[in-house]
Amino acid sequence: MSDPKVPDPEKPGLKVPDLKPPDRKMEPVMQTRFSALAAAALVALAAALPARAETALVAVAANFAGVAEELSEVYGGESGNTVTLTIGSTGKLFAQIGEGAPFNAMLSADAATPEKLEAAGETVPGQRFTYAVGRLALWSPDETRIGADGKAALTDAGLRHVAIANPDLAPYGAAAKQALQGLGLWDGLQDKIVMGQNIGQTHSMVASGAAELGFVALSALLDPENPAGGARWEVPQDLYAPIRQDAVLLKAGEGNAAAEGFLAFLRSPQAQDVIRSYGYAVE
Amino acid sequence: MDLPDAGPLWLSLRLAFITTAILLVAGTALAWWLAGTRSRLKPLVEAVTALPLVLPPTVLGFYLLVVLSPNGPVGRLWLDATGTTLTFSFAGIVIGSVFYSLPFAVQPLQATFETIGRGPMEAAAMLRATPFDAFVSVMSPMALRGYLTAAVLTFAHTIGEFGVVLMVGGSIPGRTKVISIAIYEHVETIDYAAAHVLSAGLLVFSFLVLVFVYAMNRRFPGHRG
Repeated sequence: MSDPKVPDPEKPGLKVPDLKPPDRKMEPVMQTRFSALAAAALVALAAALPARAETALVAVAANFAGVAEELSEVYGGESGNTVTLTIGSTGKLFAQIGEGAPFNAMLSADAATPEKLEAAGETVPGQRFTYAVGRLALWSPDETRIGADGKAALTDAGLRHVAIANPDLAPYGAAAKQALQGLGLWDGLQDKIVMGQNIGQTHSMVASGAAELGFVALSALLDPENPAGGARWEVPQDLYAPIRQDAVLLKAGEGNAAAEGFLAFLRSPQAQDVIRSYGYAVE
Repeated sequence: MDLPDAGPLWLSLRLAFITTAILLVAGTALAWWLAGTRSRLKPLVEAVTALPLVLPPTVLGFYLLVVLSPNGPVGRLWLDATGTTLTFSFAGIVIGSVFYSLPFAVQPLQATFETIGRGPMEAAAMLRATPFDAFVSVMSPMALRGYLTAAVLTFAHTIGEFGVVLMVGGSIPGRTKVISIAIYEHVETIDYAAAHVLSAGLLVFSFLVLVFVYAMNRRFPGHRG
């Protein structure tokens, strides 16, 4: 699935170990000339080595975009490899992979999609793992909307709209639905619930004030570059199934050092610290 | 095969019908003024009218979300007057659709009025018809083809609306979940069969609408501008 226009540095013919030492049985003149050539070739090769650093195209679920950008920079600085990110909703990225999009790896917003990709034979088996666990928060830009008890905010008589991500589309939406059911509020809030297509759109509904309250990703509120004001209630994690976000190495990423290296880097303590700082848990 | 829920289809039809009705009235006033005016404001108003043709609907949707939300000027007034919010309401997406489909109503009407010219109105005035009477009994019948084109295009364009409703609607079944949103959600949940049924329906509908408009233009070539 790699782009045919870009020469693949992994092709056997280009591999460094295939270079043979000069043949000792040559005529002296020839040998000198050959040595010079070989030296020139070696110099050229040495100069080319850093450029031989690999590039990976990684599909990233929108909610993880900010963290992924920071992580890819850190990883790129350390390894010399380049990780280019394509940000999208998990459903859209899934469809694109099915249509042959040249992604090397995918960081999904859920666990189900990577499982589906694996079942469809789109992945390198045995490489699936949870890189982050999302946490849900009830949020309002209005400080007075949410006190210590989130349930009280949700049952406030003056409440008009509660924004959640569509539970059929977004893992955070499914978690919000579970939490509301766990609180016994799901049925009662039906005519107040408005749905975003994903957690980002849900966030904008609350941020714009169109909905007074909304269930959003804690990570979006803690984003170090753009921390959210207002009031929030971190939804107890026993109210919803963990929002496990899984990563997979896709077939196009097999043997791609940048893709494999980036996935390994995600599991390092250094990367996990960054992931936690954005409000995710790690397993 | 499971047929998808018809609710979003009816909602889209209702939205398109109401939007078309509003725009045929409001669009007539605007188009009539544009066709006759010598004001230096004309290019400005024409540009504003045509903006929805070139802007992504998400731009319109974003500003509508800002203006219509209870923190925004219009949303605040509406909330004070009615006790309900404009965002996430049918009224809100009607307002969005009126802006979104404005050029599809105004431009055909303006072209028609300009083609007919002021002559018939002046003749009616000489016969002592009031301007309103002259417009209703003389101008409107002559402009019938322009009205049909405007109505059909406005209706069809509103049926296909997506971005505006996506941003101010909130996907509420029966209130703001229109057919394009339903298709989007079917695709995202990888329910391609349902997406195909709705998409194919919309495709055929849009095609028939355009065939109708072009056939009409052929039958009444006289008023072409």
